[in-house]
Order: sequence, then C-alpha cells, then structure tokens
Amino acid sequence: MSNEHSPLWEVFVRARRGLSHTHVGSLHAPDAELALRNARDLYTRRQEGVSIWVVPAGAITASSPDEKDSFFDPAADKVYRHPTFYEVPDGVAHL
Amino acid sequence: MYGNDFSAPGDAPDHAPDDAPGAGLLGEVEAAEAELRAAAARQRRGGPAPDEDLAAYFTEVVDAEQKIEPRDWMPEAYRRTLIRQIAQHAHSEIIGMQPEGNWISRAPSLKRKAILLAKVQDEAGHGLYLYAAAETLGISRDELVQLLLDGRQKYSSIFNYPTLSWADVGAIGWLVDGAAIVNQVPLCRCSYGPYARAMIRVCKEESFHQRQGYEILHTLAHGTPEQLAMAQDAVDRWWYPSLAMFGPPDGDSTHSAQSMAWKIKRFSNDDLRQRFVDMCVQQAEVLGLRIPDDDLRWNEERQAYDYTQPDYDELMQVIKGNGPCNRERMAHRRAAHADGAWVREAAAAYAAKRADKREKVAA
Repeated sequence: MSNEHSPLWEVFVRARRGLSHTHVGSLHAPDAELALRNARDLYTRRQEGVSIWVVPAGAITASSPDEKDSFFDPAADKVYRHPTFYEVPDGVAHL
Repeated sequence: MYGNDFSAPGDAPDHAPDDAPGAGLLGEVEAAEAELRAAAARQRRGGPAPDEDLAAYFTEVVDAEQKIEPRDWMPEAYRRTLIRQIAQHAHSEIIGMQPEGNWISRAPSLKRKAILLAKVQDEAGHGLYLYAAAETLGISRDELVQLLLDGRQKYSSIFNYPTLSWADVGAIGWLVDGAAIVNQVPLCRCSYGPYARAMIRVCKEESFHQRQGYEILHTLAHGTPEQLAMAQDAVDRWWYPSLAMFGPPDGDSTHSAQSMAWKIKRFSNDDLRQRFVDMCVQQAEVLGLRIPDDDLRWNEERQAYDYTQPDYDELMQVIKGNGPCNRERMAHRRAAHADGAWVREAAAAYAAKRADKREKVAA
C-alpha cells in the first residue's frame, strides 16, 4: 500500500441519528469509494455508525499548536458571550 | 491485542512496552476513557507561551496527566520510543492473525468458524488502528510495513509458537489475549493521545476475544476425556509463553524507567505478570484445568500467588528469531504482501483512471 497511490483519509462517523459526525481515526485508500468501504470494515464492525464521512487528510488545514494561545486569544476576554456573565434580578422567570 | 514490545539484549535499545492491571478489565478501560475525557475537560492554557521552554511545557502536560497530541513539541526520544512501541504492537496484531487463521478452515462448527473469522478480522483492525496512531508521529505506513518485512522491527514473540490443535485457539484467547489485555489496559492511560485512544478501542474489542477463548476451553474441558486432554495439553503448552509475554524480570528490564516517567509505561513487567497469574488461578479452577506449575500456591503474606517464572532464555531465543515458527510467520507475511501487490496496483490504476476522467469532464 504505497502512500503515493494510497493516500491517508480521515474518518468521521455519526453514531446515531441526532448526533454529529465525530472523528474516529484514519486509514489509507486509493480513492473515496474504497476509503468508505475500508472505513465501514475498520470503524463500524460493531454497528458503531449510521453514516460515514471520509476526507482526504491532505485537504484538512489545521491551526498550529505553536500559536494556540495567540490564535484563540481573541475569545479570552469576551466573557459576556456566556449567559453566566449576566446578573439576573431575583424573581425573573423564563430568562 | 498483543502489546508488549521489549526487545532482546543487543537489539537497538529503546523502551519497554506496555503494562497493565487486571481485575475488572473492562471496568478499567471504561475508567481510563472517563479519565481521558476528564483530563481534556480540565482547564488548561492552550499551549506554551512564545518564549517558554518547550521541554518544560511537555513535562508539565505529562505530569498533569494530560495528553500529548501529534503536533505538540515532544522530545525526540519520546517520539522514537512511541514509534517503536506502537509499530511493534501493530506488527503483533498483524502477525497474530496467523496462528489462529490456521484454524479457520478447520473450526469444528459453522458458529465457531464465524466467530473465529470475526476475531481474526478484529486483529487486522487493531493493527490498522495502531499503524494509524504510529503515523501521527511522522512515519509513513510504507516505512512501517517495510520495517516489519525486513525484520528490522519485531512483533510479539508469542506468535512464534505453533497452534497444534483446536484447543490452542481456546488457549490463545484465554491466556494470550488475557495476558495482552493485562498488558494493554494501562496503555489506555498512555500520555500520547492517539495511542491511548486506539488502545481504548482495542481493549474493548479484546474482551470478546478472551471470552470466546475461555468458552472454547470450557466446552472442551467439559466434553469427552479426549477433549479434556486436548484442552489441558493446550494450556500446558501456552502457559509459560504467555507469562513470558510480560517481558524480562524487572531487574533485567533496561528501558522501563524513562517510559514510566513519560507515562507510556505504568506498571513493571513483574507487577503485570503477577496480576495475570492471580487472575488466572480461579479461572483455571472453573475450567477444571490445571495450570502446569507445581509450585503455584497462595502466599498469605504477599496476598498473591507464588509461581514459577517462565524460561527467559527461551524468550530471548525466540525474540532473536529461533522460535518454532519465526521463519514461517515472516515468510507467510512477505508472501501475503507480495501476493497482494496486484490488488494495490489495480486499485491505484482504477483511482487514477477515474480521477483522469473527472478532470477531462471538468475541462
């Protein structure tokens, strides 16, 4: 299984209706169709899923761990985005 | 499910493999999974500060029982140790299909055959999860496969023993898979995230293997006198090689300390071996089979069983390539790889042709 001919695919499985697809692992396959079949054999032998996505690993752009802090910093000082930030007067219902 | 990857003295020095506890194994796997989620939930800053010492940050993450992930900085020796250990583990799953595969066509019933097929397919799956985990460390699948075919990376020495009777399939499930689980459950807490996650998946599936083996032996042990004798013979032959799966005694184990500090390994070889023996004694009683050890007895003071150590000279001989089936296993793997070449080529050619067509349509 040459990497050149058999690139890496990332596999996402929806476990049940109502849940989102979750990353479960990766595998090698020459094309999308075989990637799907391999994913079925590798990651859903025990009925772990009702739907599978396969994505060429090379098509994923990832943020760099080196800039984890600065990259996500803009969210750090916006506590007002969370409902717990707000003081709710006593006795208010349905808020 | 065969995770111990110690090497013979004189082999490239690296670090010892896996470790694991025993009782309520599935429970421990669940606990490890819950811990993994809890560790992920613990508030932590996202990464090292721009001017922070990366090695110090790595140590801090490991000490805090958090996971190292593929793109994090890690010491080169940590990366090498993991590649070697995970690869050896993956190779073991792949080679491990052979001893049992020998019995697929001769299983005593359609039910047993279907179960054994599913089990052997699981082993292939475990090998693939583990290869994928190793690849996150920056080595390619091709390289890993080639290292096995060239004999430059090892697999568990246990698979160099032959499966002489149907009862051996039972003994492998009960003892070999059992020892492997004891070895592997602690790996579910390994500091390297992809390995820990793969091991959780593997261990959950492994428990089916151990039970199916136990059931085979239980059925044989309660069958005709000939079947009972066959079951006992299998246990007699597999007991000591299974004990040897935990590796050399702690005093001779060269690379444990660093792996312990990195939280790759969590228990010593001897601790795990003891745990395995203590588990097996009662299980053997229920089977009505005898563990082939005249010196096996409860030690009240230690609250553990005293037992006879396996022959470590034999273990080293097998690791060095002189076991009963080393050559056969490698020859079979090489032939299977070569025989599959046309399938890989055909699939690649088909994929290329279709990609070509799509391009033309697009143009």
